[in-house]
Amino acid sequence: MWAWLLRRIGQIIPTLIILSFMIFGLQQLMPGDPALILAGEERGDPLVLQQIREELKLDRPIVEQYLYWVGNVVQGDFGFSWRIRMPVTDLILQKLPVTIQLATMSFIIAIIIGVPLGILSAVKRDTATDWAANGIALFGISTPNFWLGIMMILLFSVELGWLPPSGYVPLWEDPVQSLATTIMPAFVLGTGVASVLMRHTRAAMLTALSQDYIRTARAKGVSEKSVIRRHALRNALIPVVTLGTIEFGRLLAGAVLTEQIFTIPGFGKLVVDAVFNRDYPVVQGVVLATALIFVLLSLIADILYMAINPRLRQA
Amino acid sequence: MRGVLTLLALLAAVAPAAGQPLRIGLKDDPDILDPTLARTFASRTVFIGLCDKLFDVDDKLGLVPQLATGWSWADQRTLRITLRPGVTFHDGRPMDAEAVRHSLHRHLTMQGSFRRGELTNLQAIEVVDPLTILLRLDAPSGAFLSQLSDRAGMILSPAATESMGREFGRAPVCAGPFRFVERIAQDRIVLDRFPQYWDAARIHIPRVTFQAIPDNTARRANLQAGALDVAMQVEPDDVPALRRNARLRIAQAEELGYQVITFNIANGPRSRTPFGQDARIRAAFEAAIDRQAINQVVYGGQYTPTVQPVPPASPYHLRAIGPVPGRDLDRARALLREAGATTPVSLSLTVPNSPDLRQVGEMIQAMVREAGFDLRLNAMEYASGLAASNRGDFEASLTAWSGRPDPDGNIYHGAHSRGATNEGKYADPEVDRLLDEARAETDPPKRLALYDAAWRIAIGRDRSRMYLWHRMNITAYSARVRGLQAHPDGLIRLQDVRLD
Repeated sequence: MWAWLLRRIGQIIPTLIILSFMIFGLQQLMPGDPALILAGEERGDPLVLQQIREELKLDRPIVEQYLYWVGNVVQGDFGFSWRIRMPVTDLILQKLPVTIQLATMSFIIAIIIGVPLGILSAVKRDTATDWAANGIALFGISTPNFWLGIMMILLFSVELGWLPPSGYVPLWEDPVQSLATTIMPAFVLGTGVASVLMRHTRAAMLTALSQDYIRTARAKGVSEKSVIRRHALRNALIPVVTLGTIEFGRLLAGAVLTEQIFTIPGFGKLVVDAVFNRDYPVVQGVVLATALIFVLLSLIADILYMAINPRLRQA
Repeated sequence: MRGVLTLLALLAAVAPAAGQPLRIGLKDDPDILDPTLARTFASRTVFIGLCDKLFDVDDKLGLVPQLATGWSWADQRTLRITLRPGVTFHDGRPMDAEAVRHSLHRHLTMQGSFRRGELTNLQAIEVVDPLTILLRLDAPSGAFLSQLSDRAGMILSPAATESMGREFGRAPVCAGPFRFVERIAQDRIVLDRFPQYWDAARIHIPRVTFQAIPDNTARRANLQAGALDVAMQVEPDDVPALRRNARLRIAQAEELGYQVITFNIANGPRSRTPFGQDARIRAAFEAAIDRQAINQVVYGGQYTPTVQPVPPASPYHLRAIGPVPGRDLDRARALLREAGATTPVSLSLTVPNSPDLRQVGEMIQAMVREAGFDLRLNAMEYASGLAASNRGDFEASLTAWSGRPDPDGNIYHGAHSRGATNEGKYADPEVDRLLDEARAETDPPKRLALYDAAWRIAIGRDRSRMYLWHRMNITAYSARVRGLQAHPDGLIRLQDVRLD
């Protein structure tokens, strides 16, 4: 068990090294010159450009730039944003709670909507309920987030005046206001994920319901409620949980359009602005942090599997 | 339950005691809040509340004293500035001649300073007494003074710049009407009224927050929902709907800058096309385009078509060159024949990847086709487009200039052979001479004549660029806001603004 865990943690290091190559390399492939952007309307002055390149070490060979960056990252220093000169670590720590809160709320909304709808539509297969549930899922998948977002702002903020149209208030500053500012973006994000969860729950439930042990249970006279809840759902949820982890990871990576519309200062907005401004340290820092979150999530999932399934422990 | 309600009521009663803040929605997130290092329009909108300047510009683009009380030219190269007494920085220290010297020195020498180019003529700074300073220039300059009405003229607390160095922008300390409170990146910037401000009687708002909302629809919705009091840089096609809303007001002023098509005349291999080498073909291109029609269709007629870099509000607007010509297809075809061009003339136009400018590109494409041009559009995201223009990888490029109060700032960079954004590498010795002379000239009528002469060669004869229109700075705001005025530089002065 401990040997396995150590080996598993050991695998993370090469993963991160390869990732750091990719992050740095892909960025070099982006067209555009950061010095030109930073120089703005002073870009015609070669002296200004040269100064910027020297200061940001853009005039050094790529390998040297890479080693300099990695060297600092290993010591916990992600550098500073070229555009606003704030430490990247500060920026990440500022955005992380926002993104975690938004992702968690969206995920809860997704589960509340997606899983029961999936079960319902599987149990009531080929009935009006099934069609209705599928219709809702189709709507959720095919509605663009930015459109739904704008419509919600127009309805709930402009017309009814119930919710603030944008902004973010930290949970620990004012919990009520915090929920008020994040409920609409969380719903917009949640509906998309809910549709995916609903479709998968439905499929998994249909598979489970056609298994022999379900027929046996029914033949033994177990009540239908108990068949669905204790026998079918338990088994059907395993693939759904796996999918849920992936979707949650995606929510944590940030949701650009939704954050943009609701002016939520999260990861997505941070990284997109940084890409457009060729603010390399921010792009590198955020992508690396997101990757690290994914890697850690998958490690946690593996540990959980070990805890749940005793057979894996002996392997 | 009743306890909770009482608690909520108590909280509600306590919260607004500080007075209502003015909430301003910006289009872009400001860059660093350090006047020496800042580059963007968005940060200038914040500085206007944070950092007073030696001079400000009024709505007629005339210079008015702010931290200075006046100026005089001791001789052609020596500027004498007297300072306002009794001004303190947000840290309580006095703003005096020594502080001015310190700030100008920082703007001029700090590594990475964006003000160096603006203060390039400044050779020496001498403190005469605590309220008088002498600026010695290396050459006479008609453009220098107006630089002191923007970021180069912002005076920073020497104590703060000393202690914070390059980190100054994270908690700037200046002498403006509001002091810095906090900044949450990509979210908001908060400023509080500075009670010791020298002109405190004209400041009526206790707090200002700036929030970046890049999406136009979202910014407008925030204003309509009452989550913003002011929305900057509203799109022209939103104006009719906003005007119909009784709870909203609109303030608009023509910008200092312009939209322009730059032609690649001598920057690398892509300039060596008939279009790049023959001014008659470029003249034909221009004659085929109807600026007013594009303005009507894309911008609801809100912008002002132009053929020159200086907006009508400026005393340096080149009136003598006449009105904007209409579309003339016959002339365009005749010019192409005269140039012996084989039609269709193949040409590529780089346009920024924004919906309105892509639409502008499409209209131009349709218009010039009728004259005999085969125009390909090349939509590019800002950073890529910038790099492509810089290395000469373009034939024609649709760009914009944000504008400066002094004409030199609008003309020199694009038309002089050493101009900062002369990406087409247009070069003419006579134009260079005229622009250098105009830069040094301090007599307005003489300067105007020099700019007129330069325009007639660089644009009238050589067609090095094609000016399209001056855009409109449109600010929408709640009817609760009073005293807000539009300004050609697009910035909101917070003096005399009230919130009911």
